Amino acid sequence: MASFREYKIGTRMIGIALGSSMCITLIFPSFDIAASVSSEVGLDKQLTAGWGSGFMKDDPYMEGKEKPWKVLIRKNPKTGEPMEPQYVYVYPAGILLPNGVTHPDNLGKNVEELSIEQGKITEAKRADGTVFMISFSDKFKDFKGDPMGYIENATATKGWTPDDVMKNAADEDISHAGQGKAIWTREGCWWCHTLLPEQTQDWQAFGAPPMLGDFNGESPTAFGSDRKGPDLLHVGSRNSSREWMTLHFFNPRLVQPHSIMPRFDYLWGKVDANGQKIDFVKWRAEYMDYREGKRVLAPEVPLPAKDSEARMVIDFVLNLK
Amino acid sequence: MVLKYMFGKNEDIPSGSAAVYFSFSSIVWFVMGTGLGSFNAARLAMPDFMVGIELLSFGHMRQVHVLAVIFGWISMAFGMAMMYITPLLGNTKLWSEKLGLWNCFFWNTGLSLGLTLIWIGIASGREYSDMIWPIDLWVAFLVFLPLGINVWMTIITRRTQGIYITNWFFGASTFMIWIVWLVGNLPEYWHLTGLTEAYLTWWNAHNTLGLWITPVAAAIAYYIIPKVTGNPLYSHRIGHLHFWAIVVFYSTPAAHHMMGTPLPEWLKSFASVEGVLILVPAIAFVSNILLTMQGKWYLFVENLEVRFTITGCLMAIPLNMQGGFQQTRSINWYIHGTGWIVAHAHLALLMFSSALEMAAVYLGLQTLMKRKLYSLTLGNLHYWLWLIGFCTYWISMTIAGLIQGAGKIYEVPYIDVVIAEHPYHVARWLGGTMVFMSTCIWLFNMWMTARKGTIVPAGRMAHELAYER
Repeated sequence: MASFREYKIGTRMIGIALGSSMCITLIFPSFDIAASVSSEVGLDKQLTAGWGSGFMKDDPYMEGKEKPWKVLIRKNPKTGEPMEPQYVYVYPAGILLPNGVTHPDNLGKNVEELSIEQGKITEAKRADGTVFMISFSDKFKDFKGDPMGYIENATATKGWTPDDVMKNAADEDISHAGQGKAIWTREGCWWCHTLLPEQTQDWQAFGAPPMLGDFNGESPTAFGSDRKGPDLLHVGSRNSSREWMTLHFFNPRLVQPHSIMPRFDYLWGKVDANGQKIDFVKWRAEYMDYREGKRVLAPEVPLPAKDSEARMVIDFVLNLK
Repeated sequence: MVLKYMFGKNEDIPSGSAAVYFSFSSIVWFVMGTGLGSFNAARLAMPDFMVGIELLSFGHMRQVHVLAVIFGWISMAFGMAMMYITPLLGNTKLWSEKLGLWNCFFWNTGLSLGLTLIWIGIASGREYSDMIWPIDLWVAFLVFLPLGINVWMTIITRRTQGIYITNWFFGASTFMIWIVWLVGNLPEYWHLTGLTEAYLTWWNAHNTLGLWITPVAAAIAYYIIPKVTGNPLYSHRIGHLHFWAIVVFYSTPAAHHMMGTPLPEWLKSFASVEGVLILVPAIAFVSNILLTMQGKWYLFVENLEVRFTITGCLMAIPLNMQGGFQQTRSINWYIHGTGWIVAHAHLALLMFSSALEMAAVYLGLQTLMKRKLYSLTLGNLHYWLWLIGFCTYWISMTIAGLIQGAGKIYEVPYIDVVIAEHPYHVARWLGGTMVFMSTCIWLFNMWMTARKGTIVPAGRMAHELAYER
């Protein structure tokens, strides 16, 4: 088919145009982004959430399966002596390890070196179960001049195992924030609540905007879409009340009458924290009575069961400090 | 009947079958997509309506609406336009009607499957690349690839020497969307994390809009206006400018969706400049199409397809003015993440893009089925309900967005912003519901056209006959 030679030139030009465009917009920035060094916030986020919070083979229905726990330990797991409370991240045997551990170059210069050499993260094996923590070293300084944070494999360096930690931990000290992030992603909280105060004007209302190293190893980043509700990246620092959060999730209009947020009562599951069956129909009827002025007090919100999705997502939100 | 053709020989399939299958599929998706939109708007306007059902919550349903209208309605209408217009412009037949029918079938099934999963909540957590990776592969290989092959082979086996502008866009866009889809979903296949993942997600979203939704819609106008008016295109050269400017300027500003994030500043500045330059192809396109109408403006009143097309093209003016400037740092900080963006998105997809697709489907179905539109009254009702519904939507959400932006400056508790937006959420729901009603009317009208429309004699075009009813 004889055709104009301009078409041959044109098809080559499309290749060059699209290729250059992709080179400039994808390949060039990748060097800058890959060079980011994980901040302490970034390390905490990836250790809390685990390998990923979106659809994954290990958690196809996004129920929070195969995710780590963030535990506040008050006693040394091996010796039982009291110690200064600190957070550790418990990865039971069989669950996927965080991205910074399996791909240490995600952590960035210096942090990678410290995590491998002092933190011994490469000794962590998925099948064995690991306890991680964030430690600091004077060998390098972060951009603020403080000791650099890195990931320490406490199972390799201190001999703490997941079983040691979990058997001594009280339920209030175990945060299901990792599981909660999967629920957050599934329920689509991010369609209304951003996790990104913006650099230009959100400082006062929502706190400090995230910095470059705060996202390393996080998947998905869940910045959010357009805001229909407040930004929540630092909500745990503004509102640390578990009671308020519980009421708000069950029916936002209990604590915020003009809220447009949907109710998340179904996340409570079938029974409450005491094992009693929750009567949603009765609750809703009583709530409508309260709204219409026939009741003085709103009906009581059941306490979420320890293994309910509501507990997981509340843990996630309260962990957003 | 479709099944008989799908399993028969390609030569036995009547010309235009794939296009007709795509048309009705797209209109049905339009009805479902706008219905979902109307429901979602009701959720925001009346949050205690229909409580307690996880599947009906906004977080589950929001993206089902978006993907249904983008990949169901708009993209399948594009498929229809390509099946119908590409062969005509090459003075030939579609390379494979059978491939077209199977393409449409896998499109319908794959999209239904993907959206059902998203509805349940099984998604990747990334905006626009929400569908999980098995569905992404389905779409890449059973939706976009066969479409591209059909279009390219039809253009390659054409009987004209030249390739008209519409076919440049159809060919280029089918190629580019395939690349964008595969590269944009890499965070899922390769488990990319952090800012890389966020940026690639928005690169995918932006380029789907800029290299697929926008140019293919514009390409449709390049066919419809000269065809129906009988005027030659005002300027081939401006068409060149439009085409190349889209490829270069619209593929680069992906970072403008993330101006408030810690992306490299040089990337944001580069994106901003390229984004303003999108006004170049925009103005080129609008001026070319409007100037092609010379002497035939009465058709805006008398002919539905021209009316839809020109309405879309005219609204492309505020669309691109908004788009070009709202992505500069000086304006973006105010309107980012507000209802203004929602209004802008609907101006682009429900007004500009949909107008052109509706024109294409109106013209194509009548021509391919050789039947005159069943009812002009219903067609007019469709147009006006859509226009008034959309304008109500657009104006109310723009105002809501500006209020949200003001909330960023005045340190008011966030709930005050929500309270202030409420009347606009209600208005938006009313506008969106009018659009939903218009799509239902349209489906009925096209169905009746298929069954009872006046037969168009051989050698005549549908628009040469008088409207009835």
